[in-house]
Amino acid sequence: MTAPAILPERGLADRLTALFWRKPNLLLILLIAPPLIWLGVIYLGSLAALLLQSFYSIDEFSGVVKEEFTLKTYAELLRPSNFDIILRTLVMSLAVTLACAVIAFPIAYYAARFARGRWKAVFYLGILLPLWSSYLVKVYAWKMILSKEGIISWAADATHTGFILNGVLALPVIGGNSLSTSYLGTFMVFVYVWLPYMILPMQAALERVPTTMLEASADLGATRAQTFRTVILPLALPGIIAGSIFTFSLTMGDYIIPRIIGTSARSIGMAVSEFQGTAGNLPLAAAFAVVPIVIMLIYLALAKRAGAFDAL
Amino acid sequence: MTAAVTFDNVTRHFGSVRAVDGVDLKIAEGSFFAMLGPSGSGKTTCLRLISGFEQPTGGAIRIFGEDVSAIPPNRRNVNTVFQDYALFPHLNVRDNVAYGLMVKGMAKAARYAKAEEMLNLVKLDAYGDRKPGQLSGGQRQRVALARALVNEPRVLLLDEPLGALDLKLREAMQDELKALQQRLGITFVFVTHDQHEALSMADSLAIFNEGRIAQIGTPEDVYARPANRFVADFVGSSNVLPPEVTRALGGPAAWSSLRPEALQVAPAGGTALAGPVTGLRYLGAGTRITIAGPGADISVIVPAGTALPQMGETIGLTFAPGALHVMEHA
Amino acid sequence: MHSERASLGLRIAAIGGLLFLHLPILLIFVYAFTTEQRGYTFPPPGLTTQWFAVAWNREDIWPPFWLSLKVASIATVIAIILGTLVAAAMARTRFFGREQISLLIILPIALPGIITGMSLRSAFAIMDVPFSLWTIILGHATFCIVIVYNNAVARFRRLSGGILEASADLGANSFQTFRYVLLPNLGSALLAGGMLAFALSFDEVIVTTFTAGSGVDAKTLPIWMLDELIRPRQLPVTNVVAIVVFAATFVPILLAYYLTRGGSETAGGGK
Repeated sequence: MTAPAILPERGLADRLTALFWRKPNLLLILLIAPPLIWLGVIYLGSLAALLLQSFYSIDEFSGVVKEEFTLKTYAELLRPSNFDIILRTLVMSLAVTLACAVIAFPIAYYAARFARGRWKAVFYLGILLPLWSSYLVKVYAWKMILSKEGIISWAADATHTGFILNGVLALPVIGGNSLSTSYLGTFMVFVYVWLPYMILPMQAALERVPTTMLEASADLGATRAQTFRTVILPLALPGIIAGSIFTFSLTMGDYIIPRIIGTSARSIGMAVSEFQGTAGNLPLAAAFAVVPIVIMLIYLALAKRAGAFDAL
Repeated sequence: MTAAVTFDNVTRHFGSVRAVDGVDLKIAEGSFFAMLGPSGSGKTTCLRLISGFEQPTGGAIRIFGEDVSAIPPNRRNVNTVFQDYALFPHLNVRDNVAYGLMVKGMAKAARYAKAEEMLNLVKLDAYGDRKPGQLSGGQRQRVALARALVNEPRVLLLDEPLGALDLKLREAMQDELKALQQRLGITFVFVTHDQHEALSMADSLAIFNEGRIAQIGTPEDVYARPANRFVADFVGSSNVLPPEVTRALGGPAAWSSLRPEALQVAPAGGTALAGPVTGLRYLGAGTRITIAGPGADISVIVPAGTALPQMGETIGLTFAPGALHVMEHA
Repeated sequence: MHSERASLGLRIAAIGGLLFLHLPILLIFVYAFTTEQRGYTFPPPGLTTQWFAVAWNREDIWPPFWLSLKVASIATVIAIILGTLVAAAMARTRFFGREQISLLIILPIALPGIITGMSLRSAFAIMDVPFSLWTIILGHATFCIVIVYNNAVARFRRLSGGILEASADLGANSFQTFRYVLLPNLGSALLAGGMLAFALSFDEVIVTTFTAGSGVDAKTLPIWMLDELIRPRQLPVTNVVAIVVFAATFVPILLAYYLTRGGSETAGGGK
């Protein structure tokens, strides 16, 4: 007795299997619906709420949010005190991004081109762990490093280079009472915290440069410096831009670091945090939050033109 | 007797592409059936229609007489040896082979006993504890075969199963597969783009071109009596002669084919076919000579050791009267 | 010719950069043992282990700890379920709107936390949703989905699609295929994604400040830490807590790395 050509249907599981087989789109819809509802309703809904909120205004006498469409709140952004906040944040973001790119390059380049075997793993984990490890702990570590009686002052005293530190702190604008209360301190912490976000995409871009291409360049008579300038740097550029998207946007939106380390001058992030909190001015906080979105949209459009997204 | 697999005017469209376009097919029970054709000709889609991974846009498919249009793959008593074998990487060889029995609810001891038996059959009984990643290509192929056969399928589908093996191993496996099929008596449906493989293994074969079947027949049929130009050219690179040449050679005004090995070189003059030599290709066991004949390029294969003409030298070709095959279709 | 080696300058810069990324964290450990309560004098004037006991007995640390644990666990479970579903759908087929959906998944982590936080805050305000444990979880799960998704989708891609067909071919129904083939092959990637999501959630502070409200019972461990940074009390106790937070993120990351090692999907690219 040979087996039947068609096996019998056994229970609900087989019936559902047949249903999914006949209508593959049904399964797709069942799979995608819950996450899509979550992200679509909760996240996009919230973004819409943010936008909506930014078009409301606050009643100056009662302090109550007036739920009527107005551009008044956006106009407030242009007041000198508020506009300064935006400018200051942009300058800081730009400086942090440039510094990250410069410091990240040798690490990414070495990891991509020269690290082999065990060292490759060391570099990989060595970049990944700081990327993922606790943000707040990293910031806290720097509060200790930069404090007046901390390790930097100690090192400066021990090596008799205290005059350099004092000289730097005496600089106008970026200097201050101590590193932990100066723009320079804020800048250093930003660079430290966002550096891994620059290294990873840069390394990914550099790893895609075939060794044979560098050999071809050398073969054609280019010096090391020429190869670097004309071959490596242009090919690494998409990675640098991808990394800069992270460093720029993260710096722009952060409010913890400038609050803990630095002068008390506000950044966009601090403004959002304060206006929604103690000041109770939700519309203005929302309008401030829209600023980085707009800037990032412009930035992303420019980056897309440069082909940075292939490196993400 | 009902056929193992029947296609009744089956079509399968992907968007505007007609991957399978009106195929009629009967595969006899117990036969070794090959589907041969270039890539994109629809042969693999036909195989997937039998296993159920594709559903026909039109027409009907029957397996042992039963319409399978509402039957999902898991309920078809048909098993597949996949092109890349698709072994489960997380299971060892024994559990891979026993998988089909497990999901059908067979007890552990019984299914392991049957798996062992199957591994024995494919000479891998010592490898039960290995993971697929630790096997060679040929061994993986055997595991895939054992994993399919353990279910005692009514039809075994093989999707280019030898494609990834090197030449020597491939020839050995061809013999083994053929012997296995004869021993088990299961219907094998074998997809390949390799004409030698199809001709040497199959009892009958279908030649696919652009979603349609160009010819069905025994290997002798399709090789010696191709139905149309495509088959003549694809199976064994025959010389395809246009109607006027056929008539000049004493046939009717229709397309015809002449096998290169059916021709002999003769001095020029007095033969119906003659022309300057335009190509000489050494093939090891022989040499292929191509001449620019009247109305068509014609190739002839001469055995090694034969004195070869010079390039450009005009030579004549002769053939036995029965060698000229007039084709039914263009 | 493969004699090319990195120049000394490059090697120093690379290794120096790597050390720069790691050395600051060590100070957290050093200052957990200092005898000084109100400053960061270096080197520490004296060493003691008393702060671990002090931290253990501090009443105000335990509720934030349990809250963070609860938030991270629930957010991780939600993220694993939703992230896996979306990865399964995205890996299976190309369909209309696929690109838009992938953008939607990445958005919560691509935009700075302050925007995600402020958006949720605005939505809660407009809809009069009171702050609670669940408003925190809502925010955390939203940005954790992408972490699980990234891990799962990479594994789906590496998984030969053939094995799912092979399972059906051998007689398994969809549920058996899920249990016996998909889950075992996906498991370690999901676990890795879950670990990373947990780590991310456990130490998240920016979004949380917008979704937690101001009640004492709404204080997660990172928010507790933030308060201590702004209004310091016993500094070494903060260090002890920082070590706990560090470990709670470090260990899952390391595990996730080992779980996905060798694959192209190794954790982290997507943070």
